[in-house]
Amino acid sequence: MSQFWSLISRELRLSVRHGADSLGALLFFLLAATLFPLALGPEPDLLARLAPGVIWVCALLAALLPLDRLLGADYEDGSLDQLLLCGLPPAAIALGKAIAHWLVTGLPLLVAAAPLAVMLNASTDAMEPLLLGLIAGTMVLSLVGTMAAAIVLGARRGGVLLPILVLPLAVPVLVFGAGAADAAASGLEARPHLLLAYAVLALALPLCPLAAGAALRAAAD
Amino acid sequence: MLRDVAFAMQPGNALLLLGANGAGKSTLLRVLAGLKRLDGGQVLWNGQDIAEDRPAHAARCAYLGEGNAIKPGLTAVENLRFAAAGRDVSPALAAFDLTPLADLPARMLSAGQRRRLALARLLVSNATLWLLDEPTLGLDAASVGRLGAVLAAHRAGGGLVVAATHLELPLPGADTLRLGA
Repeated sequence: MSQFWSLISRELRLSVRHGADSLGALLFFLLAATLFPLALGPEPDLLARLAPGVIWVCALLAALLPLDRLLGADYEDGSLDQLLLCGLPPAAIALGKAIAHWLVTGLPLLVAAAPLAVMLNASTDAMEPLLLGLIAGTMVLSLVGTMAAAIVLGARRGGVLLPILVLPLAVPVLVFGAGAADAAASGLEARPHLLLAYAVLALALPLCPLAAGAALRAAAD
Repeated sequence: MLRDVAFAMQPGNALLLLGANGAGKSTLLRVLAGLKRLDGGQVLWNGQDIAEDRPAHAARCAYLGEGNAIKPGLTAVENLRFAAAGRDVSPALAAFDLTPLADLPARMLSAGQRRRLALARLLVSNATLWLLDEPTLGLDAASVGRLGAVLAAHRAGGGLVVAATHLELPLPGADTLRLGA
């Protein structure tokens, strides 16, 4: 178990030293969301209606950015072999990578989402379901993204394949997460949407690391 | 592709893999590490197929591939810590004359120093079976001598060494296995 935490600690340290990936994702998130009022116009009601969807889509796309290097660097420099020989099961390695990705990408996006929602004039009723949904959503994105990053390891044009693999798999949590905020903004119950978003997380939590672990072993083979 | 490869090793043994480029030396090392699966045949450790318990086999292997697996953003010490799993890394750094560079980011190390750092990982791993792919790549004569001393000490303690190299490697008394292209 200590080796698992040691892996996460190593990944976090690497992310801090190469802060450009995480910072790039955060800046992309902020900039992309800022473009919507410029493109759609500053009408407060329109922005309030679109805010949850805009934030969700921008978060989804921003979380994709660092995925290419999540496992690719380890594959290229031989670290993947060392990870597979560290005594942890491949699925645990994948889970560790996903947790580290969430901590350095998902969590900052989550923190930035609140002021962004205020900027987009999101309804105060929608704020809590939006953030609760994004917790599940960013976690699912990290899990699915790690799985996809493992699957495309060693593939030519893997960076192009990544979004094609991740985006369709992120649709359920996007629908339920954004739906929760929309429902709350319309005065409806957000809880069923949130429960479904967390059900997707409950599915992804065991399945994605297992699939990613198998893909990591196949990549080393 | 590897065919008709069979050998056995005892504690303290060393095996030198020889052969032309593409003969399968690196592949055999990866098979022995359990990183590459076999289409047929077995690798046995004390009579047990390594495929039956890969995590246990991984714990007894230290593998040095063509890539050094060194993270440029981490210091020399930090690069060793994960493999060390709580063990002291100072003796390993000292064995390869890396103590003065311990707190430098690995991106500031030369190619030879990075190779030495990758070799130091063998020492902190506590593994019995050392699998080395071109271990002397980029090393100067003094570093090759240090590696020879480290390998001798490992073998004296009952460890096993399997190495593939085209360069001079101080492995006295090692058996050789020539792989055909």
